[in-house]
Amino acid sequence: MPELKIKDLRASVEDKEILKGVNLTVRGGEMHALMGPNGAGKSTLGNVLIGHPNYKITGGSIVLDGIDLTNKTPEERARAGLFLAFQSPVAVVGVKLSTFLRTAYRQTHPEDKVSLTEFYDRMKVHMKKVGLDESFMSRSVNDGFSGGERKRFEILQMVMLRPKIIVLDEIDSGLDVDALKLVADEIRDYHSDDVGFLIITHYQRILKNIEPQFVHVLKDGRIAVDGDNNLSLRIEEEGYDWIKN
Amino acid sequence: MEVEYSKDAEMEKLLEDLKNSNVKKEDWEFHDNYKPVYSTGIGLNRKVVEEISEIKKEPDWMRRFRLKALEIFDSKPVPTWGPDLSGIDWENTNYYNRPDEVNSTKWEDVPDEIKDTFNKLGVPEMEQKYLAGSVAQYDSEGVYHSLKKVWEDKGVVFMDLDSALREHPDLVKDYFCKAVPATDNKFAALNGAVWSGGSFLYVPKGVQIDMPLQTYFRMNGEATGQFEHTIVVADEGSKVHYIEGCTAPRYDRNSLHSAIVEIYAKKNAHARYTSVQNWSKSVYNMPTKRAWVDENAKMEWVGGSLGSKVTMLYPSSYLRGPYATTHNLNVSLAGPGTVKDTGAKALHLAPHTSSRIIAKSISIEDGKAIYRGLLRMNKGAEHSKSHVQCDALLINDNSTSFTYPHDEIYEPTATFGHEATVGRIGTDELTYLRSRGLSEDEASSMIVLGFLDDVMKEIPMEFAVEMNRLIKLEMGKLGAVG
Repeated sequence: MPELKIKDLRASVEDKEILKGVNLTVRGGEMHALMGPNGAGKSTLGNVLIGHPNYKITGGSIVLDGIDLTNKTPEERARAGLFLAFQSPVAVVGVKLSTFLRTAYRQTHPEDKVSLTEFYDRMKVHMKKVGLDESFMSRSVNDGFSGGERKRFEILQMVMLRPKIIVLDEIDSGLDVDALKLVADEIRDYHSDDVGFLIITHYQRILKNIEPQFVHVLKDGRIAVDGDNNLSLRIEEEGYDWIKN
Repeated sequence: MEVEYSKDAEMEKLLEDLKNSNVKKEDWEFHDNYKPVYSTGIGLNRKVVEEISEIKKEPDWMRRFRLKALEIFDSKPVPTWGPDLSGIDWENTNYYNRPDEVNSTKWEDVPDEIKDTFNKLGVPEMEQKYLAGSVAQYDSEGVYHSLKKVWEDKGVVFMDLDSALREHPDLVKDYFCKAVPATDNKFAALNGAVWSGGSFLYVPKGVQIDMPLQTYFRMNGEATGQFEHTIVVADEGSKVHYIEGCTAPRYDRNSLHSAIVEIYAKKNAHARYTSVQNWSKSVYNMPTKRAWVDENAKMEWVGGSLGSKVTMLYPSSYLRGPYATTHNLNVSLAGPGTVKDTGAKALHLAPHTSSRIIAKSISIEDGKAIYRGLLRMNKGAEHSKSHVQCDALLINDNSTSFTYPHDEIYEPTATFGHEATVGRIGTDELTYLRSRGLSEDEASSMIVLGFLDDVMKEIPMEFAVEMNRLIKLEMGKLGAVG
């Protein structure tokens, strides 16, 4: 069973400290939600976990299954089984979606000699599930995609690349009610004892579709409150003001 | 979808090859120790020009043409409107190096050292695999030429220009320097005076050649010049694809490459000219390339300008007959310390003509890529249209690119458009790809490949692979990209 241990994690952007000691453990089979007001550092945490070079880790550690990822490159983290669905996935012009996914799969699963045809067949099944037309296979990565299409593609990448610990950063933004349902179904289907989720969200909306066992509130760079899904309901009603740092 | 799959499989293999390939500059920057059997020595004057003509036993009109061209060359100043050309050592350049007496149709007859060089570059292998004909030039002269019998029987002529001048003097005279006269520019005049080698390709009426023909140019000597002159004639209704590849060793002293390429696409003909230039960084590359495109004919220029210290190259199409079209695709790689001043010219001289120009450049470190283009629509070129697209990719913070389009529109019914983009390999794009497991190298290769995608589709796979390798090599040297 996989385990991601975030210990006293501190990080800064352009010398401004954003994360001020985050402690969080996500295990296989678990579903965590991370909520918090704007500017609390939620997206920073996602970017720091995947190793975005614009974010500097100044203290603490990120350990996945006993492997210290704190100073590892993004690709090393991905190969270790960590996945981040980006809040605003960027376009990569001219790079075909299918080629990209296939290349990424071969990097993260070098032992699996699945044929191209088989891989694409698998991909088509999941494209249907997340509501992306097959024609997207030959489109450039995120190029000209709507906000919702980008999010569906993030989820497609997730199921195709089969990571162990998944961080979803605002996966619900840009999705309409129907799309949100498809995406939530795919997340639930993929969830197992071998997979742990950390869902970063500002709103409670997605948490109705995916009921997390654990809810954490990040405020001013630290986890201020832990609870269960009732916590998200209270936040829905009362906002974040009642939470003390 | 099956077609899609096979393309993906190809791409997959390509990326795999890239990953495994361990290309080194030494793969083509080596030089052999072959000594030319004849050389005019350094410097340029009337005597040198007469000597070249004499050793080639040329007809008198050619000797007189050379001398006239030399006068024009001497009278024209070195152009100063573009890149710095002060590194050309006119005085100490060797303008003519004859490698051997032999110019054979059999590889066995080619001197061993020269043959080894072409073997290392994979030339005979390419010929066997996918060419209808092949010419190999070493320094100033062609050393080998061949044409598959099936095309020879149909009247196709393919050999170096010197041989063609002996064997088909009238045919050569009809086209020699008609599209590019010696008065065109200083470098064309220089070529007129000291030209040697190059290819002559004549495709008779209605003959459509389905495999490409290739010439490989190799410069071996230090501080030498290569001045080949190539003529391609696609007669009415014919179809031909001609390819050129070029490499040279790297030396401390600069060499000069100043070629002329003339292409004649007659009525209803379809001519395609592909060149991938990978001169070393001691070469000034100053060719003049021009096509005359007649009624309903199609001319395609496909170019990869990868090497050299400075390149100035603007393949031109003169659209002379109604419904003539030209496509011009060019990729320029401005590696560290180099300048690529490249572009295209389209001159619309008849009604309903069309041109489409796509120019892509990649600048690495202090490499400088310039697009310089001319679009001219003459009065009377009714309903002609043109579209120009320039995309630049800057790899490092100190990389630069410039765009200088120049339009001369005298016809009110003509339409034209320009698009230009400048992009960088951004940290966000790299991080996104890397967060899916791609290494930094793979991620940047993928971004570059994506950038070149619409051009890569147009060039033969072998050349696409070669270009990708070179790009990877230039980028790989830098370590961290971004």
